[in-house]
Amino acid sequence: MSSGKRTGVFVCHCGNNIAATVDVVKVAQEMAGEEGVVCTKDYVYMCSDPGQKAVIEAIKENRLDSVVVTCCSPNLHEKTFRDNAKAAGLNSFTCEIANIREQCSWVHKDRGVATAKAIKISRSAVRRVGRNQALEPIAVGVTRRVLVIGGGIAGIQASLDLANAGLDVVLVEKQATLGGHMIQLSETFPTLDCSQCILSPKMVEVSRHPKITLMTYSEVQEVSGYVGNFKARILRKPTFVDPETCKLCDDCSQVCPVVVPNEYELGLTARRAIYIPFAQAMPASYTLDESACLGLNPIVCGKCKDVCEAGAINYDMRPRSEIVEVGAVVVATGFDLYGQDNLGEYGHGKYEDVLDGLQFERLCSASGPTKGKVLRPSDHSEPKDVVFIQCAGSRDPAQHCAWCSKICCMYTAKHASLYKHHVPDGRAWVFYIDIRSGGKGYEEFVQRTMENDEAIYLRGRVSRLYRENGKIRVLGTDTLSGQNVEIDADMVVLALAMQPSTGTAEAAKVLKIGRDKDGFLAEAHPKLKPVESVTAGIFLAGTAQGPKDIPETVAQASAAAAKVIGLLSQPQLSHAPTVARVRKAHCTGCEMCVDACPYDAIHLANGKAVVNDVLCEGCGACSATCLRAAIEVINATPLQMNEMIEAVLNF
Amino acid sequence: MSAQTPYEPKIVAFLCKWCSSAGSDLAGVSRIQYPANATPITVACSGGVSPQFVLSAFHKGADGVLVSGCHIGDCHYMEGNFHARRKLYLVKELLEFTGVEPDRFRMSWVSAAEGAKFAQVVRDFVEDLRPLGPQDKLKAERP
Repeated sequence: MSSGKRTGVFVCHCGNNIAATVDVVKVAQEMAGEEGVVCTKDYVYMCSDPGQKAVIEAIKENRLDSVVVTCCSPNLHEKTFRDNAKAAGLNSFTCEIANIREQCSWVHKDRGVATAKAIKISRSAVRRVGRNQALEPIAVGVTRRVLVIGGGIAGIQASLDLANAGLDVVLVEKQATLGGHMIQLSETFPTLDCSQCILSPKMVEVSRHPKITLMTYSEVQEVSGYVGNFKARILRKPTFVDPETCKLCDDCSQVCPVVVPNEYELGLTARRAIYIPFAQAMPASYTLDESACLGLNPIVCGKCKDVCEAGAINYDMRPRSEIVEVGAVVVATGFDLYGQDNLGEYGHGKYEDVLDGLQFERLCSASGPTKGKVLRPSDHSEPKDVVFIQCAGSRDPAQHCAWCSKICCMYTAKHASLYKHHVPDGRAWVFYIDIRSGGKGYEEFVQRTMENDEAIYLRGRVSRLYRENGKIRVLGTDTLSGQNVEIDADMVVLALAMQPSTGTAEAAKVLKIGRDKDGFLAEAHPKLKPVESVTAGIFLAGTAQGPKDIPETVAQASAAAAKVIGLLSQPQLSHAPTVARVRKAHCTGCEMCVDACPYDAIHLANGKAVVNDVLCEGCGACSATCLRAAIEVINATPLQMNEMIEAVLNF
Repeated sequence: MSAQTPYEPKIVAFLCKWCSSAGSDLAGVSRIQYPANATPITVACSGGVSPQFVLSAFHKGADGVLVSGCHIGDCHYMEGNFHARRKLYLVKELLEFTGVEPDRFRMSWVSAAEGAKFAQVVRDFVEDLRPLGPQDKLKAERP
């Protein structure tokens, strides 16, 4: 290699994080022997202000034209050091990072072995930078429209914040109405204000906002493009009812002969095939459930169409696809409950009087199936002994979910409190492992439930429950007294674990964004980028990212909105210039690269491949396919790769 | 490598930036220990790893080559790992044809959340390479 470069290598100790395992001085010495390296330095914290200043000084003093920093993962400080190189007058693309912390010092103990590996990693970065070109980011336009996926409180809050900032918003919700899980809640902790009363006005605001296009009963099927310029294909499922014409008279559902479980009431009541999920549903319109309907055929049934005076029902509606162009995406696809079926020891979901937390919310709700009376589903009697079981599925890595679902301690206290308000002479038993009540006013709320509402808290788990004499026998342990406990309960409420919704899994697939080991959406950095996904332009909000309560969800939704506003307020975005480049003399126009490109960024002009720089993401699929090495990604060329391979093999 | 030191397989590990390299970062953050035999080269996408890179590594003395990408269906570039899978499995056949044990080449799918899996992939590969001994069929300078 004869690059004629003047390269500087800066080896970071990272305190003891690197220096304890890797002989940083030896790494620097070895790099000094590399061709083109004119200066090496090691320093305790290269990313600190004095460290960065030292780099700038060394660049100026030694007239460096390229820089290698051997330190932590490029995900953390590549930008830091590239910006720093730029501040010293270099082109930021002539700075490369060698990761000798996450990929070396933290995973090996033997100093000799780790130092040898660190030298190989550093050397490969030095060889690579030797052939790096100075590049300028490619400017691209920005679409000032945002796609928000999910119409729960997270999606609603993000949409309103974005729209109020003047951006166009397309809000897509799978269900027939906005509201998500929050609209199913009776009251909210720790203030016990009514969930519908605080959410409905926001739902109305969304539907009336001139900047928001609401697409309910719709699903995002495909997203392509890149930050600032995404294209989403949205499936609009037919509701068979025109929301503009529907007068909400309810005549249709009165005559509908089909009865199916009501999802909004979690199966505690039934609905008809043509239905409105609940009175405050938004958009305020009926929906005809195609899967339940007898056949959308006037010969088979057609009762609803006959009775509709407004003429709002149209059996000929068909699903259609709509393409929307957006600059950013907020994913707010929410959670599902872990599912009683998963908990065999708690009755497999086969005992009617064993409910989950959301069902209990509906029993407490004034608009719920029992009009706000807490009654047993089996015989409609008032339960006098109710057992609440916390951590049903949570904090159980051996059998269920390893994580803490975070909200259950608080909502169980709320349930116990609400129950005692409804049935003052009843007894509320709560089985818990620990009480986690971090949050403003939360601990006080739990204490009030224990002291004022006299809920009986038992520290321990329930091993099993079964039905006996019309009651549910609950076998558990109170670990504080060391006694086994048996309770003949009239009703049992399980605080089921929160898990990522099926919609979250689907959204992750469609958007190609990562999920963590539990299936929640992965944030770009656990501390410093909590609302960004790994993909630029895609942001996360609410429980799709991890268990959280309503205030946290709202805060995260607003944070995601703020990030989007910041992104889309730039006049232009820059696109990475590390794109594919064609070596025209070698290209034979065989079109293999055209087929390999996932972005349709390559086309043929005059028998030679031409790359559209704005569409190219620099993945290298074209380069790996080309038989004549006629197309390569700038700054990751086959020549550079071969030199890196030599470097790591001491060849 | 001198004759006295015991044989340690030399592995070149091509890791995609979005999943496997991030997964190896997570192994680091979680301080999961694994053998230092594999030296990583981070690439944008496993689909950008040309068969020529794999052969080049063997030519330059690698005892094993690992290509690790996102899980099938989860590629950041939509379909890069499909390209990798289709193309690089042919490398195995080519290796066999040239008399090199095909087990010296391995592919894995490690997501950014799978630090422990990444460590295990490296451990397994190192152990599986040991009985094969040094690779010298394709090495440029025979010992």
